[in-house]
Amino acid sequence: MKKLLTVSLLGVALAAGTAQARDYDHVRFGVDVPYEPMEYRTPDGELTGFDIDLGNALCAEMGITCEWIEQEWDGIIPGLLARNYDAIMSSMTINDERRQTLLFSDPYITIPGAWFAPAGSDVEEINEETLAGKSIGVQRGTTFDSYVTDNYGRVANVSRYSTADDMVLDLQAQRLDLVFLEFIVGQATLLDNHSGEFEVVGEMVTEPEEYFGEGFGIAFRPRDEALAQRFNEALATLKEDGTYDEIYQRYFGEE
Amino acid sequence: MTELTWLNELLAGNRIFTPQTIGYYWDGLVLTTQLVFLSLVAGLVLAIPLAIGRSSGRRWISLPIYAYTYVFRGTPLLIQLYIIYYGVVFFDGIQQTFLWPILREAFYPALIAFTLNTAAYTTEIFRGAIKATPQGEIEAAKAYGMSQGLMMRRIVLPSAFRRALPAYGNEVIFMLHASAIASVVTLMDITGAARFVYARFYAPFEAFLFAAAIYLCLTFAILYFFRYLEKRLLAHLKPQSGN
Repeated sequence: MKKLLTVSLLGVALAAGTAQARDYDHVRFGVDVPYEPMEYRTPDGELTGFDIDLGNALCAEMGITCEWIEQEWDGIIPGLLARNYDAIMSSMTINDERRQTLLFSDPYITIPGAWFAPAGSDVEEINEETLAGKSIGVQRGTTFDSYVTDNYGRVANVSRYSTADDMVLDLQAQRLDLVFLEFIVGQATLLDNHSGEFEVVGEMVTEPEEYFGEGFGIAFRPRDEALAQRFNEALATLKEDGTYDEIYQRYFGEE
Repeated sequence: MTELTWLNELLAGNRIFTPQTIGYYWDGLVLTTQLVFLSLVAGLVLAIPLAIGRSSGRRWISLPIYAYTYVFRGTPLLIQLYIIYYGVVFFDGIQQTFLWPILREAFYPALIAFTLNTAAYTTEIFRGAIKATPQGEIEAAKAYGMSQGLMMRRIVLPSAFRRALPAYGNEVIFMLHASAIASVVTLMDITGAARFVYARFYAPFEAFLFAAAIYLCLTFAILYFFRYLEKRLLAHLKPQSGN
């Protein structure tokens, strides 16, 4: 049904889109809220998050105005094709399946994996020596499981859990020395809910692509190549002049 | 690793069954065997006195044992495992007690859950067998002037064991299959290895069929062992053959 809907909306979009791609001076972003800290509302109702700040900075760099339109995830691609908005910037992972319908910008972030340990852990950096003999929790079957197994499986005990909740419970129970999970998830479940009990150890991990994927991209309608190109250039500029790092630190910096 | 050359050659070009994943299955086989064997032995040792107590006429002995078997037979093993593994950490300060080195590992909570579970079933199997002791055997023992204990040891238990053997063989096989849930508490038993391989290579058929084949072999060995025992111990119940 969903596919049928997508196809029919695509048809509508194609029929309506015989006009040439235009130059945008105002871009509407579709976004699914909330997904902390990528996009969420502050207690006083203001839309904020990494995507929002970066998107606004990109528009400012390009000298255009932009606007955010909330859209449930299920309908977010049909909504773009139906021209309810001009781009999707909503933590969307770039993959080949989506590439068939959408045009992606360069990846603007890869969600890092991070090591979490109880505060005061004797592990201060991550390598084969410091992890020797430690118990590490991962979610079974995730790419993070593969990453830890392939890199540290020989020296450490890797425990595999069905859900992140079970894993967090065992970290609290001191059955595990460390867990490796998406920084966002760890931040929400470990750092925010148990303030001061846990800490991030070592660097965040985003590479290699084999485990951590291509990252998130801004999605456009396929014919808006010129717009995607402008966004890519603006993104490159922001990365160079430090604006990008500043925004990144705001959401993913060390506590 | 020279001794593994034949294995490498056998597996050449196989995407899923590499020496590494075969190693996971092997470790899983060792773990499953340990877990099942130890819990069955401990369960059996527990079950014998419990079964005697359960068939006792004194209600203050038999009732608590009945309550125990009722609870452990009346709840899923998975729930028991969850309670013992995840539940214990909610006792404040458990990490500081002498129990923690045991409860910290996933192996021992699983062993405890399996042991208590199989002990409950085995108790009921033996109780049934004790109850079914022919009245004549008991009367004969009494006529010989045997004490209660001697009668239990010489007459009731040996014949009860024989009668319980087929049902107990089933319990052993059930226990082997029930052990497949050990992987929910992170143990890499045979099923744990299969789930890992499945998630890694998105290959459910290969991963689980291989695990199923290992369980089949184990079950076959258990069946064979019990058939042998039955042939030995129940020989006197067989009809006399013609020659």
